[in-house]
Amino acid sequence: MSFVKLATSALALSAIASTAAVARDQVQVAGSSTVLPYASIVAEAFGENFDFPTPVVESGGSSAGLKRFCQGVGTEHTDIANASRAIRDKEIAACADNGVTDIIEVRIGYDGIVFASQIDGPAYDTFTPSDIFNALAPKVMVDGALVDNPHTQWADFNAELPAEDILAFIPGTKHGTREVFEEKVIASGCEATGALEAMIASGMSEDDAEDACLEVRSDGTSVDIDGDYTETLASIDANSNGIGVFGLAFYENNTDKLKVATMSGVEPTTETISTGEYPVSRPLFFYIKKAHIGVIPGLKEFAEFFVSDEIAGPDGPLAEYGLVSDPELGETQNSVADEATLGGNS
Amino acid sequence: MSDASIQATPEQPKTTSLLVADPHTQKRKTAEKRFQAYGLAGIFAGIFFLIVLLIAILSSGTGAFTQTFINVPVYLDPAKLDKKGNRDINDLKKVSTFGYNPLVQNALFQIVQDAGVETPFEKTKDMKALISASAAAQIRDVVLNNPDLIGETVDFRILASSRVDGYLKGRVHREDLARDKNIDAEHLDIVDALLPSGVVRKSFNLGFITGADASESRAEQAGLGVSMLGSLFMMFVVLVLALPIGVAASIYLEEFAPKNRITDLIEVNISNLAAVPSIVFGILGLAVFIQFMHLPQSAPLVGGLVLTLMTLPTIIISTRASLKSVPPSIRDAALGVGASKMQAVFHHVLPLAAPGILTGTIIGLAQALGETAPLLLIGMVGFIASNAPDGLASGLLDPNSAMPAQIYEWAKRADPAYYERAWGGIIVLLVFLVSMNTIAVLLRRRFERRW
Repeated sequence: MSFVKLATSALALSAIASTAAVARDQVQVAGSSTVLPYASIVAEAFGENFDFPTPVVESGGSSAGLKRFCQGVGTEHTDIANASRAIRDKEIAACADNGVTDIIEVRIGYDGIVFASQIDGPAYDTFTPSDIFNALAPKVMVDGALVDNPHTQWADFNAELPAEDILAFIPGTKHGTREVFEEKVIASGCEATGALEAMIASGMSEDDAEDACLEVRSDGTSVDIDGDYTETLASIDANSNGIGVFGLAFYENNTDKLKVATMSGVEPTTETISTGEYPVSRPLFFYIKKAHIGVIPGLKEFAEFFVSDEIAGPDGPLAEYGLVSDPELGETQNSVADEATLGGNS
Repeated sequence: MSDASIQATPEQPKTTSLLVADPHTQKRKTAEKRFQAYGLAGIFAGIFFLIVLLIAILSSGTGAFTQTFINVPVYLDPAKLDKKGNRDINDLKKVSTFGYNPLVQNALFQIVQDAGVETPFEKTKDMKALISASAAAQIRDVVLNNPDLIGETVDFRILASSRVDGYLKGRVHREDLARDKNIDAEHLDIVDALLPSGVVRKSFNLGFITGADASESRAEQAGLGVSMLGSLFMMFVVLVLALPIGVAASIYLEEFAPKNRITDLIEVNISNLAAVPSIVFGILGLAVFIQFMHLPQSAPLVGGLVLTLMTLPTIIISTRASLKSVPPSIRDAALGVGASKMQAVFHHVLPLAAPGILTGTIIGLAQALGETAPLLLIGMVGFIASNAPDGLASGLLDPNSAMPAQIYEWAKRADPAYYERAWGGIIVLLVFLVSMNTIAVLLRRRFERRW
């Protein structure tokens, strides 16, 4: 009865496996798909230069990564969460509920968010936040009154833009990029066009008006992309009048297919982003579970290597790939070396 | 109606002939022809789409099997690699890959100058755009394994950067380079000048089939080999667990179990399980195997367990079908000469059902091989550039990916070179699936018996 033998050996095998499962010798990272390329570059170089195994880097989005990170302390949980936004108080509380109290925040640099369109498409060369707001908000200001968005073409509200149907591919709500897009573009357009004031004047509370400012119209002119930038690129390829929201690094790898628009007259480059001239940028972070330092071999070394000058500095491979390096990298290096935790004093 | 026709027949015996079709027959015949045409159109549409798909896959993916290499003699400068001069391995390890980059760039710059290529570049650092970032690591590995080589000039075959490779494959065009900060048109002039002498050469890329995944910045280095091993270990787990469990369950249900409401319920549930979306098994795997049983994340063992759950219903259903197809006379004869029920099953029914069971198992395995969704949740999709596992335990427990997960991962990456590799990965995966299905068909042809 060979299958009985097979079954017993299988059982024995899983028994061995569950005893061996206690030890884990590689760093486990999960989180933002924007940080993933950078983390994978570092992980690869780390594996090559150190005697530790190459860390495993998964994506899935900032929120999903932080959620997994906060599930508890122990080898079955991730050591590092990548995030394209800062951790929220709610998430810190959720972490604390599960016993994850000491979290080290590491800012690795900045990432620009660009608006790009098909290279042979209409001349979407210059945008301001107000243009984007006028195109995509459900309620806009027309002749001093707040009305349901009547615009179907870009030229309807700005004669300098092409007379093409409005079609935008923006990141879905699970992406950290969406938040930056809302805060830095839509919200500032809302304010600049006077829609925010009009909303408050119409009797909304300030908070409600600010929330209402972040909405985008749902009549098909704005399409949420829940996948990655490759999906946005495919949508742009198929729609010559579409504009898409991309990370700077992704655009720089696909300059043969995309042309980028300036925002308020500033062209997005690593220089304009690091000086803060280009308005739509955001810091990128990763979070370390301090309780795992010393338990997972190589965790601290990996974090220190990540923010070292030769990796995250202005001439390092990350900057080459599209990361805008942090002018205050030295401070970050110190805080990683000291294992300074969020809000803590150790 | 029938009465009328019977009465009508004698009235027109002269007009009807078997050789001349009457309008009604003609109508029926054209209806039949039309139906055949629909069927043929359906088949042709299917073939057309299959051909379009194959052409798309082959034209986009074959590029991944060749790669551009640069042959350079690199001087391993002791002043840079071994400052203390004692060849101590621990001191040598302190020189990171960043310390090796200038050596490669120097070597290539030397070649460019010796060849008399006219180029505006004056600094050795300008050669960086031509060379893969993997070159430094490749040389460092060689040096650490043979410290005696330091001070000598060693020939290396290093990878060219993905843009250079794309240029030779026709993916990167000169006119697109104006805004590309990774490489300039002048770099391509160098490539053109070095092509005839064979310093830069496109050749078969074994690394794509045997290598590990690489990071976003070096698409040229990425390979499918390690994830192939990951898939292999998962299939091993599936085979070892799903086959015995599935066969045992179906033999019991088919031959021994009483027919009552409970067994009916079990049967219905098995059929339902076969239709459950695979991502559900992924969530189950995450909750049970990782969070409850504390098995390691990203491990092929867990992937195999999840896929086992997914494959079991398929195996049980096909095994039961092949057990059912063994005629009862065989069982009756065995029981009639005094065999016990178990002897009848194991000596007579099971061997006759074996080809069907094997076919079902192989098709179930092929299905599991192509599955990505459940792996998403147990950490097998991501950047997992581990080295090839060095044994059964490490193969099962060390983090690894799987072929479809690797393809999915590549398709997401920014560098267009990864897009080509994703298609190349699909070709490899298809070869596996087609050969597994061929084996299944052959087994069935060879051993199947009709009753």
